[in-house]
Order: sequence, then C-alpha cells, then structure tokens
Amino acid sequence: MRSYLRAHPSELWLTLVLTAMCLVLSLTSDQFLTAGNITSLLNNNAVNIIWAVGLLVVLIAGGIDISFAVAASVVQYVAITVFDSIGGGDWAIGFIVAGTLGILLGCVNAALIHGFRIITIVVTIATFNAFFGLLMFFSKGRFIYDLPDWWGTRVVLWEHQSADGRWAELNLPVLAMLVCIVLTWLLIRRTTLGRQLYAFGDNPDAALRAGIDARLMQFTAFGWMGMMAGIGGLMQANITREIVPNALIGRELEVLAAVVLGGARLGGGRGTVFGCLLGVLLVAVTQNGLNLLGVSAYAFKMIIGAIILIAISTSNISWGTMTQSARRAAT
Amino acid sequence: MNTPIPSWMRSESTALLLVLAVVMVVFGVIAPRFLSGGNFASIAFQLPVLGLLTLAMLAPILSGGLNLAIVYSANLSGLTLAWVLIQFGGPDAGVGAFLLGAVAAIIVGALAGAVMGATIAYAGAHPILVSLAMMIFLQGLGEFLTRGSDISGFPAFLQPLGHGVLFGIPIPLLIFLGVALLWHVVLAHTRHGFAVYMIGSNIRASEYSGVHTKRTLTLIYTLSGVLCAVAGILMLTRFNSVRVGHGEALLLITVLACFLGGVDPFGGFGRVFPVVLALIILQILSSGLNLMGANQHLSTAIWGLFLIAVMVVRHLAGRLALPDSWRTRA
Repeated sequence: MRSYLRAHPSELWLTLVLTAMCLVLSLTSDQFLTAGNITSLLNNNAVNIIWAVGLLVVLIAGGIDISFAVAASVVQYVAITVFDSIGGGDWAIGFIVAGTLGILLGCVNAALIHGFRIITIVVTIATFNAFFGLLMFFSKGRFIYDLPDWWGTRVVLWEHQSADGRWAELNLPVLAMLVCIVLTWLLIRRTTLGRQLYAFGDNPDAALRAGIDARLMQFTAFGWMGMMAGIGGLMQANITREIVPNALIGRELEVLAAVVLGGARLGGGRGTVFGCLLGVLLVAVTQNGLNLLGVSAYAFKMIIGAIILIAISTSNISWGTMTQSARRAAT
Repeated sequence: MNTPIPSWMRSESTALLLVLAVVMVVFGVIAPRFLSGGNFASIAFQLPVLGLLTLAMLAPILSGGLNLAIVYSANLSGLTLAWVLIQFGGPDAGVGAFLLGAVAAIIVGALAGAVMGATIAYAGAHPILVSLAMMIFLQGLGEFLTRGSDISGFPAFLQPLGHGVLFGIPIPLLIFLGVALLWHVVLAHTRHGFAVYMIGSNIRASEYSGVHTKRTLTLIYTLSGVLCAVAGILMLTRFNSVRVGHGEALLLITVLACFLGGVDPFGGFGRVFPVVLALIILQILSSGLNLMGANQHLSTAIWGLFLIAVMVVRHLAGRLALPDSWRTRA
C-alpha cells in the first residue's frame, strides 16, 4: 500500500484530503457517520461511479468521451421500447439489453475514431450533438413515467433500523456499482488487454510497433464506456422511476472533472480505479458535508467548483508532458 | 503524382465556401422561403452570440487548450451589467450606467479568464480540467447570486443594440464582424497572435525560443474572457433578460464550429475567416431545416452528423492524396 501510494501521488493526496474532510465532518456533524447518511451517499453516487470507471478506461487509452451521459439517455429510451415490445422483461434481460445498447453506441464512437482516424474529442462532441438531437426529436421531449414494474421498483439489498428509528438501506445500484468497479479493475489490472490499453494510451506509436491492435484498443475502451453508460442509465431510471430525455445531459462534465481529479491523465496512460473512486467521493462528500452543515443548496456548485480549482492548482501535474502525449495520441 | 495546385484552391476557406454554396443551393431549391430577406435577417440576428462565443473558444484551442467556461463567463458578465443597471434604477438607468456596467462586465469576464489562464500557465494544470472547474464555479456562483431566476427590466435604449439595424445591417452582426476582424488582426498580425500559434504547435520549443509562454497563456484566457463578456452583454440586449444557464447548449457547438472551420484540435493551426464561414454554414443549416418544419433539436443532430461527415470527407480526401488542408492534421 505504501509503495502504491508513493507511485500514485494524486491518490495519496486525495486520500489525505478525503480523510481530513471525513474527520472534520464527523466531528462537526453528528449526522455524517450514521448508517443512513453513508448508505444514501452510496445510493446517490452509484451511477456517477459506474460512469466514472467507464470513462477511466477511455482516458487510460488516451481518449476522452463527452457523449456518454447522452448515450445513457438514448439507452433508456430505446430500452423501454424494447421492453414494451417483448412484453415486460426482467432484471436479467434489462442488464443485457441496456449493456448491449450501450456497447453499440460506444462502438459508433470507436468505429468513427478508428475507421476515419478522427480524434476522440471531435467524434464524441459530434455524437453528443447527434445523439441528443435525435433523442429529443424522436422522443419529442416527453417524460416516461410508466416503467415496467421490475424497473420502477426499488430493490433493497440490505436494510437496517438504527436506534433512533431511521432506516438505512442499500439498493440495487450500489451492487451494480460494485460489480462495475470490480470488473473494470480486473480489465485494466489483470488482463493483457488492460496492460495494452495503458501502453496504447501512453504512447500509441510505440504500442503499435509492439504489435498492439489499435482497432481492438478503441473498440474495447469505447465499448466498455458504452456498457457502463447503458448500465448507469438503467440504474438511474430505477432510482428516479422516470425517464426524462434531458435529465442526464451535463453530467458528463461533472464525472469527467471527478475522474481527472482522481489522477487519470487527459492524454492517456495513467489512472487507477481507486483514484477514480476518490475523485467522485471527494465531490460527493463535499456536497454531503455542505448539506449537513446547513449551507444553502444554491452555494454547493460554487464551493465544489472552487475546491476543484484549488485542488488542481496545488497538485503538480505537468501540462507540457501531457500535451506531448496528447500529440502522440493523435496519430 | 501530385500536380501543383494553386494555393487558393488548397485553402480551408475555399472548401468551406464550396460547402456554403452547395448548402445555399440545396435549401434554395427545396425550401421556398429560404432565399428571402426575412430569412437572412433572422440568420444575421442569431449568428452573433454563437459567433462571439466561438471566437472566445478559438484562441484557447489554437494554443492547444480549451475553454469550457465561456458560456458561464458570458452569463456572469451579463449578470454584472444587469446588476449595475439595476443599481441605477433598472429601466430608468442612463447611458452612463450602461457604460459603467459594460466596463464592469468586461472586467469580470477578464478576471475569470485570467484566473484560468494563470492556473493553466503557472500550476501547469490541464486546460480542460481548469476550465471545467471554472465553469462549475461560475455556474454555482451565478445560481447562488440569482437563485436561478431571470433578471429583466432594462432601459429601452438597449433595445437597438440587440435588435436594431444600421445601414441595413443588423447591429449585432456589425458588432460580431467588428470583433471578428479585430480578432483576425490580433491572431494573424501581432506578436501575441504569433506566440499563440507557437504555443499550440510546441509549447516547449516556443519557451526555449524566448516566448514568455506563461504570460502568453494567461493573456490568451484573459482575452477569451473579454470576448465572453462582449457575448454576455449582447445576450442581455438580445433576450432583454439575464439568466444563468442561458446559452448553455452553445458550449459544445462553439467547439464544433472551430473544428468545422479547420482548426487543429491540438492547436497551432486555424484561422478566423474559415471559422466565421463554418458558423454561417451551421446557422444556415439550422434555419433551412427550420423553414422545412424541423425543430431545433433536429438541427442539433444534423450539426453533429455534419461535423462527422466533414471529418470523414477530410480523411478520405487525405487518402486520395488531395491537398494538405483537406486532410485531418491530427
């Protein structure tokens, strides 16, 4: 653990900040360290974390994805059409359908990136607009409230009543989140494919000369991101019990900020699942803490933005080396 | 193999002018009211806000970065102007109050930009991350100050700025063209502009060749903030109200317009004129589709698909060994 943290300065630094924040919050608010608060923190951030680990894989492979939150909305709309046409479905079918649809959308990105050698930010900004425009056009901006029963019902995995009578519960999205975290960790840390993703993101030229298949890399990274987008979309609709076409747009930038804050490098080759979790949790705990301390909800965003600004100006990331690797990633 | 091709044919602008002509002819034939004065007037009124924001996005991209905070910088600047106007009596405020407010708005925009630029230059953080954090901060600040509500009630003399016509040309368009010309001069004919391109090409090489890269980066984002402020002031006069989040959807469209205008996503290459052409094409696509009964969302989708089509054509053109500028540089 010590050598791990020494090799990953942003993770070490974030761990310290997060621990300090949790300490301060548990001293200043008697609500923070309760089962109810911690479980609701997890329930509320499950979707962001699912997306974050997906985005992490794309960032490691040297890309960036702006389109995933909109892709998640597209998956929700197409999935409910599929469920209606097959007469309901269940959770197993739900995960398969949402995951597959997500992978397909991710493959659209990958095909454009690899097939026409367009860089990832251009492609995903284009598909962001295309997906969102088409979704709003075909859905006419309608909200959908009548989800299939299984989809719209909260699945409680664990519940507990504390002494003061408050209920704490963990729901299905948290389990999905854990599975996504473990799978992503296995992919990038325990498979050859994962090692290749790091190599490809760090130096595509060298990776290609070492025999790494660029097509495979792009389809793996964006397919994985797409699958996470789809599963995140499925979970989000389970939490809110409605499908709103423009509810998720804008979330992509928040998740991106959190993942990069967690040490993933824009330009590729660096990033860990642990750091990615820390990044999302730092933002989540800040918001939770402000809430518990009775700060006006209108001030949350401002304070979170200021914290990220301070965080990035104090951590030492060299932009010079980053643009160099981004330049290499272009070919 | 390659026959020499005259330079005017090789330029990005020629290709875009061709696209523009094709789009005009297609819509002229299929949409009856497309080639009418009213339609062009509406395009001329819609273009400037997006155009100013795109120019604000241009210099950061040329330097190899990105400024994701443009829309909220514009909102905050508009809010500053609105606040000053309201201090001087809202609808009864005088021209002096407007000038004071405009100066304050520009200072606010410049300040937001300067903080970003300094963080990028001196802390060495990535521009996407810095501007993203600034965007979240400014959005939060704006929502905190306004509680998410609209602010309106401005003096009547502001009306012509947003809706007036001078010598038959809409005033917002005149403002935009003036700023675009100024921006072209700054980027193409000044020391600062030259440094912007150098930094975008190779920041380390430009530092070794004596460019004060840190100061230049700070200035790039400061000027970008100033342009955002101008856009924010124009938005106030166009909509006659200020709301934090106004124009939010334009953010990624500005990036799209820059890429469409042939700007290298990694910086170093790109000019103002092709970007202005790209903006006109996007606006014409949108209004043509609108005349044919499609809504704004379909236009958004078409814009995205259009960008993909352009990049694909460039790639294929590159394979067929056509002129350099048609090829993706990336």
